Order: sequence, then structure tokens, then C-alpha cells
Amino acid sequence: MDLNLLKRRGPDEWHISPRGKMRVPGVIYATESLIRDMDEKVYEQVTNVATLPGIVQASYAMPDAHWGYGFPIGGVAAFDPDLGGVVSAGGVGFDISCGVRALRTGLTVEDLQPVKEQLAEALFHRIPAGVGSRGKVHLDRHEMDAMLAGGARWAVGKGYGLHEDLEFIEEHGCMADAKPGCVSDYAKKRQQDEMGTLGSGNHYLEVQQVVQVFDAEAAPIFGLRKGDLIVSIHCGSRGLGHQIGTEFLKRMAVSAARYHIELPDRELASAPINSEVGQDYLGAMRAGINCALANRQIVTHLVRQVFADLLPQATLSLLYDVSHNTCKVEEHVIDGTPTRLFVHRKGATRAFGPGHPDVPSSLRAVGQPVLIGGTMGTASYVLVGTKESMALAFGSACHGAGRSMSRHQALRQWRGRDVVTELATRGILIRSPSLRGVAEEAPGAYKDVSEVVDAADEANLARKVARLEPLMCVKG
Amino acid sequence: MSYAGTNVESSMQPNWEHFPHEADMGVRGIGSTKEAAFEGAALALTAVITDPAEVMPTQPVTVACEAPDDELLLVDWLNALVYEMATRKMLFSRFAVRLNDHGLQGTAWGEPVDVARHQPAVEVKGATYTELSVKQDEQGRWIAQCVVDV
Repeated sequence: MDLNLLKRRGPDEWHISPRGKMRVPGVIYATESLIRDMDEKVYEQVTNVATLPGIVQASYAMPDAHWGYGFPIGGVAAFDPDLGGVVSAGGVGFDISCGVRALRTGLTVEDLQPVKEQLAEALFHRIPAGVGSRGKVHLDRHEMDAMLAGGARWAVGKGYGLHEDLEFIEEHGCMADAKPGCVSDYAKKRQQDEMGTLGSGNHYLEVQQVVQVFDAEAAPIFGLRKGDLIVSIHCGSRGLGHQIGTEFLKRMAVSAARYHIELPDRELASAPINSEVGQDYLGAMRAGINCALANRQIVTHLVRQVFADLLPQATLSLLYDVSHNTCKVEEHVIDGTPTRLFVHRKGATRAFGPGHPDVPSSLRAVGQPVLIGGTMGTASYVLVGTKESMALAFGSACHGAGRSMSRHQALRQWRGRDVVTELATRGILIRSPSLRGVAEEAPGAYKDVSEVVDAADEANLARKVARLEPLMCVKG
Repeated sequence: MSYAGTNVESSMQPNWEHFPHEADMGVRGIGSTKEAAFEGAALALTAVITDPAEVMPTQPVTVACEAPDDELLLVDWLNALVYEMATRKMLFSRFAVRLNDHGLQGTAWGEPVDVARHQPAVEVKGATYTELSVKQDEQGRWIAQCVVDV
């Protein structure tokens, strides 16, 4: 990105002054090097979001921002319904509530070694992953609606996981005001075989070790020590969320003119929050969030079954579960006044700071865990929300590394078999049904996650707590 | 562009290709008619997932779409195929499209996913409005394209 387009307001804060139809400024949080590598499309998309009705404060981009659809991936924007604010299906995206959850195991790397190969095989065979895979949980019409209304709370009620898990999931595992009736039969049909599946692409299940602890105050509260074994799960709302996104994108694109919304890009498809389309979307999107929460809960249950067979001494307690692609109603202070806003995070993580009432009481003294997924060959991070972040970007931070190379470039550069072999020599076991998929997801095809996380830390969006490195990865 | 290919029924001119998107992939169909361009875009969609040459066009599936303009119709067509692939657990390698005043009627021929043979790299979540266009170029060829989310 051309630095001349931006005004630097701090080491990691870059502003775009309002011009044309922009209603608020744009703000990008990133190091100079990350900004230079960012696509010009991020600039265009940040400014486009700033033109939407009812946007408040600024259109934000996180340090991992890259070219998305309508919104940049890594985009954050909040809308005030009393100012004609909109909700945007493009601002949430197709994979509604895609997210990461991390589980402590109570084990160390030494405990893993005797059964490492067996564990990788068992996780690969028990947790459905990849194109064409089917889950083992099939829901009839009544149960589908109950799942869409209840989320992870529904799953726990059905025996998938523990009641105490719910405390450590955003929204306590159940997004309120979901309307299963606003979810089409097509979307429900698309989901009927997909509960408890990982999906494909950048989704994964990893067993990781804590290799470094940065924050001596937060780490013990999160229950993280160097050498600990962690399980991380990255997946979303599967076909149901994709179908909701597809259908409402069209409905909003077609209805925008009726609501006098001028879309600089049709992918920004939006409707007033206080409109029939807007309310229908919110009801369906919240059901999509519940689907993702239930899905990660069922996958967690399957992981616990595998560990119970091979490492029965494991405890597998939930550290936290974060969602990346959401629109949520939150209260934030605007010009000194607490205001109810609809906060869109597209490829961005909620990162509430210490003392926030939505952070679980046992973690509230330090803030919300922020789980940042890396690649199968590099690292993931646990961060913690900061007080400053609430004012910087509505309590938001980055969500991952972001690709630096297209899938085709990656295919030209690597062979899946070679990636698996090279990672095995480093002690990282890869299990995937598709070697082409492994090549496309090669670690070298991603940006340096450490640089992204350092930028989030320096910008005070979230503070580094621990670095996790993979020991095995199941890829779809 | 990185990949391009030829439909089984067309001449030797490539009738589809991919174009780069930072996180995902662009699909582009090229043809002497709008219908052929839509068919090429569908083949490009399959090529995001697997090598179309590996997919046997044995089972037909029909779809119908309606939209207010050509661009939204292209997205609808690709999303209808995404839906059929997801719910039938199939992949498609041959397509026939008929356009009329109100929309599109299409047939896709394919087979059930065989993970070992197809090595499907990634599932497509949906076709997007990003880089979306349906138009004729200077040589009169129809181009139908958009980015798909994977």
C-alpha cells in the first residue's frame, strides 16, 4: 500500500482522512512493514465501509488485514441503529462465526511422545474433515431448530461436552435472539450431514505445545505454562453459515436501492438494522453463530473421546472459544456516551479488556483470551484483551496470519508430500485427506504470524500471553 | 492467471481460467456466447477443488436460477452448483446452460466425491460479488467471472 495515502498517528496507527462519501475516517493498525505489504484493495475496502449509513467513529482494519469481499478481512465497523445504521451480510461473510477454541490438556509434551503417532491417526479418523466428509450427528427438523436456537448449550444438553465449557465460550455458548425460522430450508439441508465436521481450507485441528510465556500475570490465570500440551480447533458454521451468507447477500444487494443505500461495491450488501431484511438477517446470522458454537462443541466432544482412549489422564478443559466473523450488539462509549452498537468483525477477534462484564469472572481481572491461529508449520498465539482496545477498535484484535500467496502460487511452489515430510522431520505430524490441500496451505504461503501479533501487541489491541507451536495437525 | 483449461465440448481455445485473489480464487469463463462463458466459469469452479479431468460426467443434475441481471445470475448459477456439490457430495465436470429472459436452466454432469482419486483441495463456501462481471471483450468473446470464497 502506498504510504502517501495515509497519515501516521503512532508507530502502528495509520489514518485515512474522510473524503468523498466517507462518513468517518479509516484507521489501520499495523507496522510500517505490514502496511507496505498490504494490498491497495485494503485501502479501497476500508474507505468503502466508511461510506455505509450509521457507521460510527471509524472504519478499522487489523494488522492482518487483507483483500476480502466488501469489507477487508480484518475489518471492524460499528453501526448505530438510531442513526440509520445498517447490518451487512458482506460485513460478516460466508463462514459465520468461524472461530478458534483452545483446550488445556493437563499434559506435557513428554506425556504425548509414547502415543504421538496413534493420537494423530485417531484424531484424523474420528473427526470428519475435508470435502465430501459427513458428520455422525444427524438432526431432524425439530432438533435442527433447537440447535440453531441453543448453540453450544444445546450441544451440552445432548451430551456433547461439559456444562462448565459454556462459561468459556463467547455469549456463554448461546447467541441470544437467534431465529431458526429465518434460516432457509436450503441452509438447513446443507447442514444436515455437517454437524461435528472441520471443513477444509485453512480450518484445522492441532495439538500444540506452549513454547514461550510472555505475560507472567495472565498466563497462570489462563492456566498456561511452558511445555503444556494444548488442543486448538479452527472451524465454523459449515454449510449452513455459507448458505445464509449466500442468500442474504443477494437479498440485501437487491433491496439496497429500496432502502436508499448506495453501495460502492455490491459485496457490501447491507440493510437498515431497523428493517425487515435487516431483522431477518440478524435472526438467521445469530442462528448461524449458534451452529458454529454447536459444531465446535461436538468436535470438542470427539477430541475428548480420542484422548480418553489414548491418554486417559488428560483433562481437556476449555481455555476459551472466540468467533471471527460476526455482528454483535455491544455497548461502547461514543463521545462520552454509552451507546448500543452493532459491531461487525470480519476476520477479526473480539478482545474485551479487564473488568468487562462479558469476560468470564475467573478471567475478568486480566481480560478476554484472544486466540490467534497460525499455520501448521509456524505458531499460534494466545493474547489477552486490553483496556485500551475498547477505545481503539471497539475491543477487537487480529485473527490470524493471513495469506501472502495465492493458492495457485503455493501449488506451483510446493508438493503436498514434501510439505508433510519436511514438517515430520521437525516433529510435526500432518494428517489430511488431500495432498493438494496441504500444498495450498503450506506454511510459506502465509504471512509471518509473529509480525502480525507483535503489531497487535505494540498497538495495544491485545497483549501477548503465550506462543504455541504445532506438534500435529489434522487438515481438511 | 495460473491455470486454464478446455471444456470437453469446446474447441482447443481454453474456455476457463483462474485469476488471483489474495486469500481465495477468481473463476473466469470465456466463450463465444454468454452461455459458453457461464459453462466455462462452472468448470473453473470445479478446478478450484480438483482436476476436472479426474471427474467423470456420469450423473446429470439440473438447476434453475432467476436474478435481476446477468451478474447476479452468474453468482446464482455458481452458488447453485456449490449447493448441489455440498448436499449431494458430488463434483461436476460437464455443464450445459440455457439462458432466457427470466433466468437460467442448467445441467451439470458429475460423480460422487472420491477423496482418494479426486484429492479435493478445498470446498467452496460461496461465489462472491468481488471482481464480478459478465461482459464482452474487444474481440466479442463473452467473459463471466467472480471471486469464490474457499
